[in-house]
Amino acid sequence: MPLLGLLPWRAWAALLSQLLRPPCASCTGAVRCQSQVAEAVLTSQLKAHQEKPNFIIKIPKGTRDLSPQHMVVREKILDLVISCFKRHGAKGMDTPAFELKEILTEKYGEDSGLMYDLKDQGGELLSLRYDLTVPFARYLAMNKVKKMKRYHVGKVWRRESPTIVQGRYREFCQCDFDIAGQFDPMIPDAECLKIMCEILSGLQLGDFLIKVNDRRIVDGMFAACGVPESKFRAICSSIDKLDKMAWKDVRHEMVAKKGLAPEVADRIGDYVQCHGGVSLVEQMFQDPRLSQNKQALEGLGDLKLLFEYLTLFGIAEKISFDLSLARGLDYYTGVIYEAVLLQTPTQAGEEPLNVGSVAAGGRYDGLVGMFDPKGHKVPCVGLSIGVERIFYIVEQRMKTKGEKVRTTETQVFVATPQKNFLQERLKLITELWDAGIKAEMLYKNNPKLLTQLHYCESTGIPLVVIIGEQELKEGVIKIRSVASREEVAIKRENLVAEIQNRLSES
Amino acid sequence: MAERAALEELVKLQGERVRGLKQQKASAELIEEEVGKLLKLKAQLGPDESKQKFVLKTPKGTRDYSPRQMAVREKVFDVIIRCFKRHGAEVIDTPVFELKETLMGKYGEDSKLIYDLKDQGGELLSLRYDLTVPFARYLAMNKLTNIKRYHIAKVYRRDNPAMTRGRYREFYQCDFDIAGNFDPMIPDAECLKIMCEILSSLQIGDFLVKVNDRRILDGMFAICGVSDSKFRTICSSVDKLDKVSWEEVKNEMAVLLQTPAQAGEEPLGVGSVAAGGRYDGLVGMFDPKGRKVPCVGLSIGVERIFSIVEQRLEALEEKVRTTETQVLVASAQKKLLEERLKLVSELWDAGIKAELLYKKNPKLLNQLQYCEEAGIPLVAIIGEQELKDGVIKLRSVTSREEQEDLKTAQNRDFNFYYGYFIDYYWQKWPDTTPFTYKALGA
Repeated sequence: MPLLGLLPWRAWAALLSQLLRPPCASCTGAVRCQSQVAEAVLTSQLKAHQEKPNFIIKIPKGTRDLSPQHMVVREKILDLVISCFKRHGAKGMDTPAFELKEILTEKYGEDSGLMYDLKDQGGELLSLRYDLTVPFARYLAMNKVKKMKRYHVGKVWRRESPTIVQGRYREFCQCDFDIAGQFDPMIPDAECLKIMCEILSGLQLGDFLIKVNDRRIVDGMFAACGVPESKFRAICSSIDKLDKMAWKDVRHEMVAKKGLAPEVADRIGDYVQCHGGVSLVEQMFQDPRLSQNKQALEGLGDLKLLFEYLTLFGIAEKISFDLSLARGLDYYTGVIYEAVLLQTPTQAGEEPLNVGSVAAGGRYDGLVGMFDPKGHKVPCVGLSIGVERIFYIVEQRMKTKGEKVRTTETQVFVATPQKNFLQERLKLITELWDAGIKAEMLYKNNPKLLTQLHYCESTGIPLVVIIGEQELKEGVIKIRSVASREEVAIKRENLVAEIQNRLSES
Repeated sequence: MAERAALEELVKLQGERVRGLKQQKASAELIEEEVGKLLKLKAQLGPDESKQKFVLKTPKGTRDYSPRQMAVREKVFDVIIRCFKRHGAEVIDTPVFELKETLMGKYGEDSKLIYDLKDQGGELLSLRYDLTVPFARYLAMNKLTNIKRYHIAKVYRRDNPAMTRGRYREFYQCDFDIAGNFDPMIPDAECLKIMCEILSSLQIGDFLVKVNDRRILDGMFAICGVSDSKFRTICSSVDKLDKVSWEEVKNEMAVLLQTPAQAGEEPLGVGSVAAGGRYDGLVGMFDPKGRKVPCVGLSIGVERIFSIVEQRLEALEEKVRTTETQVLVASAQKKLLEERLKLVSELWDAGIKAELLYKKNPKLLNQLQYCEEAGIPLVAIIGEQELKDGVIKLRSVTSREEQEDLKTAQNRDFNFYYGYFIDYYWQKWPDTTPFTYKALGA
């Protein structure tokens, strides 16, 4: 019996009837039974719904279908992102949608409240993946991989309260790029930033800025200012709000709600309001407090080297050393970065789209070691493109401009003005398909010419080929440009070449 | 360290004591007391960090896709999607889970194979079992009466993976469907045309598409005089295969044939790689008024095709490239990192796929070896002399035998003329992005 596991359901049903066909008497059962079962199921289904007061079809909260219009925009964006990853020599990989729960909670202890768990159905305890980084670390540890440059585009799931208005969903796509391995310092880190710049420039979303900091500088700064170590994470999350809240509000939160001494808060304030280029790095080297802190000095040293490389990459002016950057996830061990879009003057009339950062990442040297049985470390640095937010921005812009996109790529439509020409249309369209030309026709025996032309206009098909009695006699096909309505007769045998010519010119 | 060793020894002794007491069937209170002491000692020891806390694996029935498998997958999807687009299909996507009630009652006995999500206080959800029910739900929800769409995505079934090798719980489906009321058989014929185009383009061997019609089967059974009561018995005994409650009219199946070793042999069916049919009653299940939207479609068994393609590549001993890198930027001497970074950046900005080693002073031989392993066709070499002359050496990566000769010639000047290599590059890879050259320091 052939392998069944990989067959879609239709194939199984078909295979069933195939297997049962001889002898005749026994093979009737399954298929006929299907219809009876189908009837029974259908009636029971309808009955159940008839009892319901409101029969509304829904999809789960925080998720959405992607219509053809959405998909076209999405595919263009993902194409750009992936070709950038490939340009930098990354290999693609994929992991399952769910992982063993214990593997995910290993890292996300506190955040596991936001994970989707699968029901305990007697097997392993599973949860839907929360990001693409933990699966990556698991993959590296599992396969004992020491060096890898990979990208991974896939969906992740978080049970956060969705804010559809800002494009925040419970199921969303992430585009990750990571370089795992022990290498000479800051070269891979610099390449990650180069990639972020290439993608954000390529997407043409306007001016952007990448904030850069270092986990050791954050920790060193806190220590130098007198923040008690037990309050590090709490203060970190307050500082993280500086992109949304004013300093005085953040200061208030730290002092009043998190019990930080006011003079310590003020000292922090001196630092976190600083941002600049490599000159700020130099300045911090000389800072009386920071220069006493070993951790901070390490971080500053790495940032200095990073800026050298970024200058060689030609992107230094897009990068800002920002002391207020203190990203949420605590598995970063070195450089951290976050890209934000800047409002350009031309967008003044638009509603400000506050979507936060559009890409972020950093160095995380300890994660793989947490999964490796012997604790072997594999240093990693990477980035994640917030493609859903970008997607949202692009959609909003298109809506404002009233742009419409084609949802198919059909190049040629096969039409006829006469009745009883279905056969000719079928023959003709087959010639086009076999030559690799994207072609369509109406599924009607005798469609009206006007209906066919309207179809072309509404779906954006640029060319029509028309065959009728006259053309058949003369051995020609009429090619018509939908836009200009110009028509020309071409010999049947030259049709494909003529079409390919026209398509390559446009 | 010594403290820990002493503690471990204490734990061991106490453990033996407890075991001894249990063997002697000592009193329950005594055992409990000693067990308490043991637990206290263990707690002092702290967590055993050397023991693995969990097993490193993917869930049962699922797998990672390695870069090699991804490369194969991408090629296969490319062929399939190009064909769907050639026939004017739009593409959609739906969430990985649906409301449990959406999937309930659609799969008959197979409903027990559906993955449910845990009740975490919100809606009851289940992972999608196929792409057809979500499609019907999408049509009904958006009140669509006609659409030609394809959908490629993973689906989830809690099958017993031990049964047949290669049966996964998470696997790709590749569906193409035409929904709508049209003149008979035209869309159905197009579905078969698409199947043939795809299977031909994939070049996985000779194939045959078997076609039948459920009304013919029903009629045949009736004529043969099969009683109604027999149908159900036969049905339930092979129930695993009977998934479909709304597969109403036709069944089609594409079967791959093995090329016969000798002439005159019957071609052996190696298994189904695609299937489909017409199903007119599905959307009506979702529509409150039971309005029907006739549908016909097909599903490509891509997982099957992936493994066939992989097997073929292995048989042909063809190496699959897992990256698309065209140029490696290398340095012949030490202290040329800056120049490499500048050059690779130029290449990226020109859209050329390029890499460099993340080492300040890599050996040239290592860089050439990297190219050979990854299948990178070109290497751009920066050297001190060339820098002074304002040129870059562009070399096509050679086989290992030729590299052996180069090892001895390493200290000699490479006398490859730049012009020659640009010509060579164009001839060999005419469809790649143009390589722009700019002299360093010019």
